[in-house]
Amino acid sequence: MLSFLIRRLATFIPTFIGVTVIAFAFIRLLPGDPILLLAGERGVSAERYAELQHQFGFDQPVWRQYIDYVIGIFHGDLGTSFSTKRPVLDEFMQLFPATVELGLCAIVLATLIGIPAGVIAAVNRGKFFDQALMSSALVGYSMPIFWWALLLIIVFSGTLGWTPVSGRMGLQYYFDTPTGFMLIDSLLSGQSGAFRSAVSHLILPTIALATIPLAVIARQTRSAMLEVLGEDYVRTARAKGMSPLRVNGVHALRNALIPVVTVIGLSVGTLLAGAILTETIFSWPGIGKWMVDSIFRRDYQVVQGGLLLIALVVMIVNLIVDVLYGFINPKIRKG
Amino acid sequence: MALLEIRNLSVDFATHSGQFRAVDGVDVTVDEGDLLAIVGESGSGKSVSMLALMGLLPWTATVTADKLEFDGQDLRTISARARRRIVGKDISMIFQEPMSSLNPAFTIGWQIKESLRKHTDMTRSQRQDRAVELMRQVGIPAPEKRLQAYPHQLSGGMSQRAMIAMALANKPKLLIADEPTTALDVTIQAQILELLTGLQQETGMALVLITHDMGVVAETVQRVQVQYAGQRVELQEVGGLFQNPHHPYTAALLAALPERATEKRLPTIPGVVPGQFDRPAGCLFSPRCSFADARCIAQRPSPAGPELGRALCHYPLIDGQPTGKESAA
Ligand SMILES: Nc1ncnc2c1ncn2[C@@H]1O[C@H](COP(=O)(O)OP(=O)(O)OP(=O)(O)O)[C@@H](O)[C@H]1O
Ligand code: SF4
Ligand SMILES: [Mg+2]
Repeated sequence: MLSFLIRRLATFIPTFIGVTVIAFAFIRLLPGDPILLLAGERGVSAERYAELQHQFGFDQPVWRQYIDYVIGIFHGDLGTSFSTKRPVLDEFMQLFPATVELGLCAIVLATLIGIPAGVIAAVNRGKFFDQALMSSALVGYSMPIFWWALLLIIVFSGTLGWTPVSGRMGLQYYFDTPTGFMLIDSLLSGQSGAFRSAVSHLILPTIALATIPLAVIARQTRSAMLEVLGEDYVRTARAKGMSPLRVNGVHALRNALIPVVTVIGLSVGTLLAGAILTETIFSWPGIGKWMVDSIFRRDYQVVQGGLLLIALVVMIVNLIVDVLYGFINPKIRKG
Repeated sequence: MALLEIRNLSVDFATHSGQFRAVDGVDVTVDEGDLLAIVGESGSGKSVSMLALMGLLPWTATVTADKLEFDGQDLRTISARARRRIVGKDISMIFQEPMSSLNPAFTIGWQIKESLRKHTDMTRSQRQDRAVELMRQVGIPAPEKRLQAYPHQLSGGMSQRAMIAMALANKPKLLIADEPTTALDVTIQAQILELLTGLQQETGMALVLITHDMGVVAETVQRVQVQYAGQRVELQEVGGLFQNPHHPYTAALLAALPERATEKRLPTIPGVVPGQFDRPAGCLFSPRCSFADARCIAQRPSPAGPELGRALCHYPLIDGQPTGKESAA
């Protein structure tokens, strides 16, 4: 297990270098003068221009700039937002919990529904439930998120009036947010109705964001289960007198989960991409919306830093998934 | 009363090209402590008939029988739940591929103890003790350590031993071993067979041994049931079978042995077992039988009496000579 971890961590390094190079190149490859881009639309005086050029190190050779940039990253220096004048990292840390909360809820929902649905479909292969599920999965997979999110808003917020349209919390509530997770903070606040409000704000964005991963997980679970159900050890479990629930839900599923966990891990990247749209549509104050807003504001320091941080998050999640994969697949754990 | 009694068992599979009869009117009788071998070429329905007994066939299979009784219980009318209390406890089965028959995601110990948890009310520590005892019984060294191993860490022979330990967990009255050594190295094969027959003597359970290995049949088995194309064609004590086979198929099997019973694999007879589309109307062996005549091709034989090994033949052999031909002609 330890050597597996070390080997896995070693692959982290080239990926990290690749990501920093892309983030580093990003600003320099944009058409136009990077200083002017960084300064935004307001324009700068000649002295200010020189000052900025020095501040950003553009008077240095490129390799020097890159090394300074990487050293800065290790000191937590990802630049400063032009519009808020706050360090990019601070802004990220403040907004990140909102995205995590939404993303976690979406992935939990997708997993909790997708895995059982896939199992039931596989066990009832070719029957009505299977066909209905696979058709819905295809629809869910191909549906554009923004269209689906707007449809949800129109039906549940508009016509039915069940859920709020945007934000994370009703305006009548105000409390400290020590964890940044509204579900937890609202409970900690002790204000009656705050948790309910947090949940009702969360429901629609979660559904919108969970739809694609749900379809992917259900399909992957089904196909992995179909493969596993024909295995000899499933017959052995039945020969031991195990109930169908135990045969399918323990003996078969445990093996089928191995590819499913990979898919769940891979969908984190998709999820973050989906979060950009979902957060924008639901005015969810997370990093997705932050990135979009920053692009519109031409706050390129934020975009650059945000890109790097999002890439890091994806890498770390994939690392966690790999370790998890080792735990459910004994053949890898030994290696 | 017999422990296991199967009368006129048939199994049909629904396939894309229609119904396929894999087992055709087979009888099996096993007494307590009995050791029965079932031999026959590939595709003769040996596995399918035993899987039908265990209730392990896929939903495409239709099982019919005049009698399907184990230990006084009618398995045809029993509920699925009640059957699961018998299967894995009083009847267990081990399979041809030990490596793939163990679940790769769980330890050997977990898999053995799961059987104990399902069928007994032992405590956790009793289950651990029993598992160690079982591992010892099947000759696995360092049992405590091996219980924590995953299947991929065991060799084929060790895996089959672990499978046997699992099958013995609840002291079954009947163990069905479906070609338990075919997938193993030759040197290991003998060990596993010795283990199985030894355990059978030791525990007094009945053992049904499905095998291709005529040598094993000659040495260890009491009765032999020969199957062909889904039918039982002969049933004899092992001595009689080797000396005086009554069915031409059995005779051909034995004649094809270069030195009787020294060849490990089942010898080959010209021709193949009929499949779904070339099933003869009369005797199923007629296309390959050297004694076949017009009657054989047109008319299905019915089994002879016990003195002729219940041979499913119009002209059962005695000392290699067909009988009753004159009267038929
Ligand atoms: N699930 C199934 N669907 C359709 N046909 C099947 C199925 N399982 C087995 N059969 C067919 O039933 C026939 C008997 O198969 P069975 O496995 O019982 O043979 P066998 O005597 O055990 O042979 P072997 O020595 O190869 O194990 C074969 O022709 C096989 O193709
Ligand atoms: S019935 Fe005829 S064809 Fe069939 S085994 Fe006997 S002699 Fe051969
Ligand atoms: Mg078989």
